[in-house]
Amino acid sequence: MAGIWLIPFFPLASAVLLLLSAGRMPRQLAAWLGAGSVGLSAICVASLVNDFLADGQVREVTLWTWMTVAEFTPRFAFYIDGLTVVMMSVITGVGFLIHLYSIEFMWDDESICRYFAYMNLFVGAMLLLVMADNLLLLYLGWEGVGVCSYLLVGFWYRDPANGKAARKAFVVTRVGDTAMALGLFLLFTELGTLDIQPLLAAANSTWQVGDTLPVLATALLLGGAVGKSAQLPLQVWLPDAMAGPTPVSALIHAATMVTAGVYLIARTSGLFLLAPPTMEAVAWIGLLTLLLAAFAALVQQDIKRILAYSTISQIGYMFLALGVGAFASGIFHLVTHAFFKALLFLAAGAVIHCLHHEHNIFRMGGLRKRLPVVFWSFLIGSAALAALPFTSGFYSKDAILLSASEVGGIGLWLWAGGLLGALLTGIYSFRLVFIVFFGQAHTEPDRQPGWKMSVALVVLCALALAGGLLALPLADVFPAARAHEASHAIEYISIGTPLLGLLLAYLMFLGRQINFDRAADSIAGRRVRGFLFSGWRFDQLYEVLWVRPYTTVAHWCRNEPVDRVYNAIVASSQWAHHKLAALQTGELRWYATSMVFGLVLLLAVMLRNAT
Amino acid sequence: MRKRGGAIMMEMLFYIAAAVALLATVLALSRANAAHALIYLIVSLLAVAVVFFLMGAPFAAALEIVIYAGAIMVLFVFVIMMLNVGREGTAREREWLGGRNWIAPGILSALLLLELMLALRHAPAVTSGVAVTPKEVGLTLFGPYVLAVEIASMLLLAGLVGAYHLGRRFIVRRERRR
Amino acid sequence: MGGLQIPMEQVLALAGLLFSCGLLGLMLRRNIIFMLMSLEVMLNAAALAFVAAGAKWQQADGQIIFLLILSVAAAEVAVGLGLVLQIQRRFKTLDMDQARRLRG
Repeated sequence: MAGIWLIPFFPLASAVLLLLSAGRMPRQLAAWLGAGSVGLSAICVASLVNDFLADGQVREVTLWTWMTVAEFTPRFAFYIDGLTVVMMSVITGVGFLIHLYSIEFMWDDESICRYFAYMNLFVGAMLLLVMADNLLLLYLGWEGVGVCSYLLVGFWYRDPANGKAARKAFVVTRVGDTAMALGLFLLFTELGTLDIQPLLAAANSTWQVGDTLPVLATALLLGGAVGKSAQLPLQVWLPDAMAGPTPVSALIHAATMVTAGVYLIARTSGLFLLAPPTMEAVAWIGLLTLLLAAFAALVQQDIKRILAYSTISQIGYMFLALGVGAFASGIFHLVTHAFFKALLFLAAGAVIHCLHHEHNIFRMGGLRKRLPVVFWSFLIGSAALAALPFTSGFYSKDAILLSASEVGGIGLWLWAGGLLGALLTGIYSFRLVFIVFFGQAHTEPDRQPGWKMSVALVVLCALALAGGLLALPLADVFPAARAHEASHAIEYISIGTPLLGLLLAYLMFLGRQINFDRAADSIAGRRVRGFLFSGWRFDQLYEVLWVRPYTTVAHWCRNEPVDRVYNAIVASSQWAHHKLAALQTGELRWYATSMVFGLVLLLAVMLRNAT
Repeated sequence: MRKRGGAIMMEMLFYIAAAVALLATVLALSRANAAHALIYLIVSLLAVAVVFFLMGAPFAAALEIVIYAGAIMVLFVFVIMMLNVGREGTAREREWLGGRNWIAPGILSALLLLELMLALRHAPAVTSGVAVTPKEVGLTLFGPYVLAVEIASMLLLAGLVGAYHLGRRFIVRRERRR
Repeated sequence: MGGLQIPMEQVLALAGLLFSCGLLGLMLRRNIIFMLMSLEVMLNAAALAFVAAGAKWQQADGQIIFLLILSVAAAEVAVGLGLVLQIQRRFKTLDMDQARRLRG
């Protein structure tokens, strides 16, 4: 297909138009331009997917040479293989549904024009990221989505808290991005190219498995991925990033951008396979993050923060999959997660939208009958999130757990940890469902979701249910995975765990047969709850470790310590001036006398030296 | 070394001239009346001219008289006449000359003199006793020193222009009151 | 024509004495006319030293430097006396302790 360049072009052009209009565009036009451009991209992607599935050929499109600096000639080029096609489909497909949903969600906002400009810019940058033929172009998209994330988290910038959250997201991801940039420098100096496919080939021919350099390079790339995908230890920004509009959370902080790290590792899987220590680190990071986030999600009260922690947790599963070498399973989970998490966020957004921007789940309740479409969407999304049988999440998570269990040595631990995470996922997702949609009503919805929201929700419901049946064209991208030969016991345990979680959630939060209230209200219980509520106190830790020393230094620097030296010079010369100016009396005789005095001294010195 | 009587008289003449020069200078610089001071200064210059002549520099001696004691001092005379200081001015000068004003300048001058004398201790030499004629001076002046002559002419021209400018009256009229 | 053989240190001592007298006058007097006279004395003392040196080495250079000093003195007096007139007109005094507008 010749018009591949059109795919990122539509959203980028629309973003430029919307930005140039400076908010004076009629909101009807702005909204449909924003959603329509992504829709057009989605149609182009659909046509591309059709072609790709027919012939399965990798497509390379070079638009122009970006720059030429001696040996370094990165091209503005796209590389389309199965992985790219999958990512593009998710970005434009889910992206279009979220844009459609946004029209209604953001209709009353005065800055709708700016909103769609940022969203389109984000989609364009994300497409560049996944389509990039070389790591430099990928980095352009990578930073582009970072900027859009910053702009959209701080979209309601009049509240300083939102600006703070945006800055936090930006700065924390910047830490990872710096590591990634260093990784790119290292790769370029060692291998002489940043084009992904030649780079992987060169790496395979230059380095042996277990060499130091690939470990170092992949560790640096992993740093970037960890930052972008909100994994341990850089996970702290994602819960706060929920300050943005809910569709933004759905698109950027659930479905697409935060999974860019997973994409990066999958894209450079050839490199990671050369570095077994890094792979193991990826797996452990994934496991620890998924457990940590799942525990934190258990006690949150803000509906979006629960979903944010569950996102961190699910990306942890993806990292786990990547770490054990099951790249296809990781990408599969990425896709299904994009479906069901976007669905959950959009449903949560609908709840918030209909309840006067209420975020606290304990002020909701009993919405099952009042918002039926939203209820069913949320239920399906939660089922998929908890990986109940025959939902999309079930297939992908099952594949990850099986892959983990087949790894020798640490595999059993990884599998057990993943299973524990699945249990927790079941509990917290259905805790959410039971508290928000069952029981006593605390707030009455003042409106029903309109057709745009409903369409987006229903389509995503279908995808979340049936997404597990998709066969992703990833066979050519990754080394063939071993066929799963798990014992039936492991299969049954995998199926049973989420159900157990559902049962526990029912008993705790709806049936009230198990009552933790007294334990939770004890001093120790409060401590534990507070600890988990704050996300394992990572914010406080970083506050002490980094933020305070930094602000201390900044405050110190604010007083211009270097300038003080110069100011001292100025002050002393001014002082000397005032003192010495007294010598300039204007009296001629005084001058003559001082000259004679100097002359006498000079002669005395000369005489002393002569003798 | 035996000296002839004439030479001894000449030598005496040198010391007399030196004494006169010194005395006249001291008197000139300690007068309250500017016109008196000027006369003493002229005497001092004439005495120095005698010294020049005795040392065998007749050309310098003539110039000392003609230009120094003549032309330059006449300038002073003109200016003193134009200023027309008068009796009260003389009285004021006398008042300024009294008492403590002498201390610091006196000490400094004495120190300088002491140092100069110390520096002269180790110079046992006598003048050649052979005159340098005006002809030699002229040949040297317009030979190797012609550039210096040009520079001196420039200097004098600058002095001329400066004096002309400073002597004009309108500078006063254009001065703004502070 | 013969000159006189005079010990150099005596001539130079005379020059030094005259110079010191000039300096003393410069520092002592408040009237600018006397200051200019003191300057003349100092220049003259310097010239004496040069002429003495010329006589010692029997060279014309000493007298030539005397000539240069003479022109310096002439120019200085011309400008200096012009300044005296201006000062008298502006400050209505010749007291240099009162004409001190250059005070820092």
